[in-house]
Amino acid sequence: MAQVLAPPPPDETTASPGAEAGAERARSRLGVLIGLPPALYLVLLFVVPLVIVLVYSFATRGPTGQTILADWNVDAYARLANPLVREIAFRSLGYAALTTAICLLVSYPFAYFIATRPAAVRNLMLVGVMIPFWSNYLVRTYAWRVLLSSSGPLSQLTELLGFGQTRLLFTSTAVVIGLVYGYLPFMVLPLYAAIERIDHALVEAARDLYASGARAFWKVTWPLSRPGVVAGSILVFIPTLGEYVTPAILGGSKTTMLGSYIVNQFLSARDWPFGSALSLVVMAVMLIATVVYFRTGGRTL
Amino acid sequence: MSAAERMSPTRPGGVTRRLLTAHAWLVYLFFYAPIAVLIVLSFNQNRMVGIWQGFTLDWYAQMLDNTAVLRAIRNSLMVAAISTVVATVLGTAAALSLERYRFRGRSAFDSVLYLPVIVPDVTMAVMMLLFFVRAADALFVASGARVGLGISTIAISHIAFNISYVAIIVRARLAGMDPVLEEAAADLYAGRWQTFRRVTLPQLMPGVLGGALLALTLSLDDVVITSFVSGPGSTTLPVYVFGLVRRGVTPLINAVSTVMLVASMVLVAASLLLQRRRAEP
Repeated sequence: MAQVLAPPPPDETTASPGAEAGAERARSRLGVLIGLPPALYLVLLFVVPLVIVLVYSFATRGPTGQTILADWNVDAYARLANPLVREIAFRSLGYAALTTAICLLVSYPFAYFIATRPAAVRNLMLVGVMIPFWSNYLVRTYAWRVLLSSSGPLSQLTELLGFGQTRLLFTSTAVVIGLVYGYLPFMVLPLYAAIERIDHALVEAARDLYASGARAFWKVTWPLSRPGVVAGSILVFIPTLGEYVTPAILGGSKTTMLGSYIVNQFLSARDWPFGSALSLVVMAVMLIATVVYFRTGGRTL
Repeated sequence: MSAAERMSPTRPGGVTRRLLTAHAWLVYLFFYAPIAVLIVLSFNQNRMVGIWQGFTLDWYAQMLDNTAVLRAIRNSLMVAAISTVVATVLGTAAALSLERYRFRGRSAFDSVLYLPVIVPDVTMAVMMLLFFVRAADALFVASGARVGLGISTIAISHIAFNISYVAIIVRARLAGMDPVLEEAAADLYAGRWQTFRRVTLPQLMPGVLGGALLALTLSLDDVVITSFVSGPGSTTLPVYVFGLVRRGVTPLINAVSTVMLVASMVLVAASLLLQRRRAEP
């Protein structure tokens, strides 16, 4: 026993690598020690809840809305083919796609303009984007409720100009305006970061080789800014798809989006298995979209 | 081609430039006009939102008399403070362990860390609600203590999504940091803790503060997750305002909204000043 426990005879050639391996093990232990509390927190409050939602999605809804954790079935998933669900899903996709497209169209020239200003002006302009970016989303959406209300400023303006009252509130137009307003900074900032990083000598070279301004933009600037386009589009598309606050404030009965529909399953319809299944499907779609988008974006970089 | 144009071909000239300038002004108008209208109307005497009648501070006085609003503000601040502090500590720890150490399970930890950022709010809300309902049952069976939804469940949920955001920001800072200084400290016989305290942490601080600020903002903004895990009497300000907003536009909401806007602007200004102070020396 004593012999087994005794330290190996000192050997000048192997002692040093052995000590290094020991130090490496100690470092790895320290890393685990530091990482353990946040990892445990995330497992307990993220992974475990995810599993619970998965379990609930196969449960049965009782006659009074309680969830019965027995009689496991896939009814909740079968109901996804329901025409109403399909309508809401396509509407959400449509709103999200439209919002992303509008944000991109508005932001690209704007971000390009900021990126080509002198440093002092540029910083000031960026602060102008940061303020709405950090401001409360709910309050900013509410501002549009005020603006668009039938007695509101916009309606008065159009009436004054002789167009009559505007009746935009509670329509899909109002929802898309609200979404664009809410998520525009999420498109501007990554686009700016990407355009600002472009080496302008490349554009200069294209121009020197007699490319027109438009051609130089299309062949040099646009491809080089692709990472910003991809990042911005993801940052806008994904949260708008599951949006709940905006349609609740600016939309009407015909503008229900997936987010609102899921919330209804929990707060009013009391159909937890169906709500669980829906929220998992939305999450899966978003995860897949993110991965695919990053892959395709990454390949062209 | 003029000399100026040749020198900076990427700064568009002439018509394009004028169009871009006009476009930028329009974007700023779009950003700020709704906010400005809201702020102005919060001082309007008229109950009807559209018609200006005269200046008043009545709605702010009404807000300060409203115990429900005050309680919601207190709840919001409490949740934000707790979740920011805890998430900043845990998020920084996560960033340090992932960026500076190699260990088994590292890549699994890495992907779990990014999930809360990608998972939609609604799904996260559902996850939290079901978790607390089941956890409360389990605790009741185990100890007989009733656990209800309230401030603590809101704070716990906010920590859960904030850890990831803090970790991502701190990690970006860590990745850009030169390890040379840390190595130099170690060469000069500084202990591991000493090195961290005197060399790593001071350099890391802008990232930590940035992460904390983002956590604070996200906590003060959240509506969806909070409304799922809050109980009666424990609503935060955004959830309370959301409930009011769905019923319509009132001068009281305008006043509360203005206060929330000003608070977030003060936060932005403070963070910008902090950054400038650090950049100067």
